[in-house]
Amino acid sequence: MVTSNFDYFAPSTLDEATSLLSKYRGEAKVLAGGHSLIPMMKLRLAEPGILVDIGQIEGLSYVREEDGGVSIGSMTTYREMATSSVIQSNYPLLADASSKVADLQVRNRGTIGGSLAHSDPAGDIPAVILAIGGSVVVRTRRSSREINIDRFQVDLLTTALRDNEIITEIKLPGLASGTGTAYSKFHQPASHYAITGVAAVITISGGTCTDARIAVTGAGDKATRARRTERILNGKEITPAVIRRAASRAAAEIGDALNEDIHASAEYREHLTQVHAGYAIEQAVAAAG
Amino acid sequence: MPVTTFGDSVRRTEDPRLITGRGKYVDDIRLPGLSHMTFVRSPYAHANIKSIDTTVAANAPGVIAIFTGADLQEQLGGLPVGWLLPDLKQPKHPPLAFETVRYVGDAVAVVVADTPYQAADAAELVEVDYEVLPAIVNAEKATKDGAPELHAEAPNNIGFDFSVGGGDWDEAIKDPDVIIVKEEIINQRLIPNSMEARGVVADFDPGRENLTLYTSTQIPHLVKMLYAMVTGTPEQKVRVIAPEVGGAFGSKLYLYAEEVVCGIVSKQLGRPVKWIEGRSEAYIATTHGRDHIGIAEMAGKKNGEIVGIKIELYANLGAYLSTFAPLIPTYFFGLMLGGVYKMPNISCHVYGVFTNTTPVDAYRGAGRPEATYVVERMVDRFAAEIGRDPVVVRRKNMLASHKNGREVTLGVTYDSGDYKANLNKALEIFDYPAFRAEQRAARREGKLLGVGLSTYIEISGAAPSAVASSLGAGAGLWESAAVRVHPTGKVTVYSGSSPSGQGHETAWAQLASSELGVPMEDIEILHGDTDQGQFGTGTFGSRSVSVGGTAIHHSVTKIIKKATLLAAHLMESDPKFVTFEGGSFAVEDIPDKSMTFQEVAGAAYSAASLPPGMEPGLDETSFFDPTNFTWPYGSHIAVVEIDQDTGKVDLIRYVAVDDVGNVLNPMIVDGMLHGGIAQGVGQALTEAAVYTDDGQLLSGSMMDYAMPTADLFPKFETDRTVSPSPVNELGVKGAGETGTIAASPAVMNAVIDALSHLGVRHMNMPATSEKVWRAIQDAKEAQRAARAAARNRGS
Repeated sequence: MVTSNFDYFAPSTLDEATSLLSKYRGEAKVLAGGHSLIPMMKLRLAEPGILVDIGQIEGLSYVREEDGGVSIGSMTTYREMATSSVIQSNYPLLADASSKVADLQVRNRGTIGGSLAHSDPAGDIPAVILAIGGSVVVRTRRSSREINIDRFQVDLLTTALRDNEIITEIKLPGLASGTGTAYSKFHQPASHYAITGVAAVITISGGTCTDARIAVTGAGDKATRARRTERILNGKEITPAVIRRAASRAAAEIGDALNEDIHASAEYREHLTQVHAGYAIEQAVAAAG
Repeated sequence: MPVTTFGDSVRRTEDPRLITGRGKYVDDIRLPGLSHMTFVRSPYAHANIKSIDTTVAANAPGVIAIFTGADLQEQLGGLPVGWLLPDLKQPKHPPLAFETVRYVGDAVAVVVADTPYQAADAAELVEVDYEVLPAIVNAEKATKDGAPELHAEAPNNIGFDFSVGGGDWDEAIKDPDVIIVKEEIINQRLIPNSMEARGVVADFDPGRENLTLYTSTQIPHLVKMLYAMVTGTPEQKVRVIAPEVGGAFGSKLYLYAEEVVCGIVSKQLGRPVKWIEGRSEAYIATTHGRDHIGIAEMAGKKNGEIVGIKIELYANLGAYLSTFAPLIPTYFFGLMLGGVYKMPNISCHVYGVFTNTTPVDAYRGAGRPEATYVVERMVDRFAAEIGRDPVVVRRKNMLASHKNGREVTLGVTYDSGDYKANLNKALEIFDYPAFRAEQRAARREGKLLGVGLSTYIEISGAAPSAVASSLGAGAGLWESAAVRVHPTGKVTVYSGSSPSGQGHETAWAQLASSELGVPMEDIEILHGDTDQGQFGTGTFGSRSVSVGGTAIHHSVTKIIKKATLLAAHLMESDPKFVTFEGGSFAVEDIPDKSMTFQEVAGAAYSAASLPPGMEPGLDETSFFDPTNFTWPYGSHIAVVEIDQDTGKVDLIRYVAVDDVGNVLNPMIVDGMLHGGIAQGVGQALTEAAVYTDDGQLLSGSMMDYAMPTADLFPKFETDRTVSPSPVNELGVKGAGETGTIAASPAVMNAVIDALSHLGVRHMNMPATSEKVWRAIQDAKEAQRAARAAARNRGS
């Protein structure tokens, strides 16, 4: 359980970090909290020649209310999000999901930026951010851009992030009044990753659902919007029957790409996704009320 | 800490250093010139080694040497088997494979380098050309004709064919009133996962030609003896040291390949070498536990009387015989099949089977959890069949109480017990009738609530050597203890039984303190260094206090006897009027005549005035060999609630009433019980080693092998009954494995009880959410089909 050789840089500014990424493009990996990358390196599943540790860079860890929404620095840890009153009041599901990631040690180290960049198919945060909506702010040595979260997760462990870019911030929109949120997760007993996790952000106005964003993690290659479920909810008065019908479509987008492993068959995963979609919708609707 | 007494919950004296990181484990040992080793292990479950090319690896930075199995074939010898069953097949077990690899993880070469990182990097550069062979992982399938064979010596992969029994099952089931229930019972393979994996430092001194082997082991003395035998090294030239050992659970109870290879490599290189096992490496290179496939039958009558039990078992041995592998699924399994019941007819037949998997050997409980699971599960299965409460069936069949030995069907003698009283106490704490009422109400609301019992008994206190020897043991199973009183009256105790987390140092000091009247801080406990004390046996089979502690008691008794004679001499009194209490010698009826233990110790060494014929000094050694095992027992009750939607099982209540005889330190016993219950629950609900058909371990790390975590558990409600053992003077029985043995069947019986009204009668472990969910779906489907059939009949 030792990594192969690598060179280690711990720059103190973003400029230095992005310069290193440009200089060693393709060879270098960004090290944030390290709780996904380091285990992979110890198992020699990842053997980057160069590590750029961005943990020494000041000013990447914050939660700020701005432009009617909230901006979160990429190095903000799960624990900071779980305990942030701003996040608790604006996006209860993000606080809740952050409090359910792995264990306390991981929550003290793991970061929102690291989680999004790693894009573990069973990570909690990608689904939650997908359900909230918003964008990922990234920068290179010379430029920066915002990537809409809907276009950020590309494939298994693959994102729209280029290998000379660093995530600096996650911008979340303000949620309309009458919006309720929830994250419901069934965890794998060993790793505590999600076998399935469903994030729901639902706005109720005048007794009907005016906007529903539902995202699923754990079930497929990457966090995915459950758009058919959303369509069933949108414009409807939310009754138990509507929830049942909507939840039953929660894995429809994933289709044949449902994961299957020693912890859950595809059939069981699909079932759990439906069950937890039901829980998440129910809780979000209740919170919206 | 002051003078303690037997029965106090003295706090563990080891804990401050262990908790603050001051414990010294194998990996903490640094020696001048230390080099580091990485083993090159087979990625295939079964393959011939065509060639090994080390040229690239040998030129990698920092590499000192590379040895293949062929290079060291002569020096390494073969790993030993410590338990010889009749007709046991003993295929050669080379520490480094040189012709064929037989499981993923089988080592084929070793790289020695200046740093562990360099050794790991270079190991990746060793090129092994394998010819992959068909593999087999399932013990039952491995015995079928046409299955891949591992060893020419073992046709159909059968290593042994073992039977034990009592009464006459075949005759008993001829009774027309007898009902038989039958289930396939799988006791899944488990991976021990001690907190500290294994590790070895070997330091050969080329000048004195002796070897010091630091190793994380439960049996330093036996490692010394076996290492000497295997490698042809004179035994007095080998010193084995087990420093802090961070958990073992049976998995460090053997002579391992790595210990032999490290010793030989250090000798070859003339410098110390270190090997530290990684966690992923431990998953494939350290022994596994359990892995039984059995067909169990229980016979009984409608009135609840159990007539007998029968089992046909395939026990997976893995690729080679580990040191105690032949013992675990045979005597430690078969001899338990009577449970706490009269069980007049018992038939047990076991095939030990080689497969292309990591070797299987003892894992906490070692044979006894497997047997208890069969017995307790089948008692419930039988009770369900005849429609009676499992408590009623248990009570009807329990053995009567006895205080001084009762021979049971299998010919063994249980030492002492009042099984019904113990069960009654557990039921009282639990309030069984109240639970059944709650369960009925819960079912009306559609909730799934179940209770499970396990009234277990187990063999501990290994072992009476002559008995063990007659059953195949290759070594004596007594224990030794030296009690050395210093001239100042301070005391050093050396025990041959060394800890791997149990708290021996506290227990030994507490025992010596209570008997000598010396404060605990004046007593130093030594263990685990074969040069510090006399030969010993080790820590396993819940033996340490009953065998090792009794050896200490014997040495203390000799010390007190000699000191009394000396005190009498010094106080000019007849020894028969000298009493010893609370650390001081007094003369009966003469209040002003007394001497402290420390004063007498000083006199023993100053030797200024000794009774005629008495040697100076106060230093005694004892070897205690018990006349029987000890037989702890108890009643555990588990309650689970099952989530209908997902099948998830929640353990919501756990009551344990154990009888481990007299209790030296209740806090330590409770601690071991809690850990044991957690392990047993782990087997019932979460843990499973899963192989692909071609022998790749899918559950190869803690990311996929589900160790039980604290969030699974309610607060354990524990209590005891006390039936002192007549087997040793302390009246103690083993307490280290009871929880593990009891918990799995209690939890599984609860799971099945929760689903019984749906028609579920059995399920194999672990009761994962998916398995339970499927059982619920299948049961509901069956109920629907039955209703449809009834409607059709009606129409």
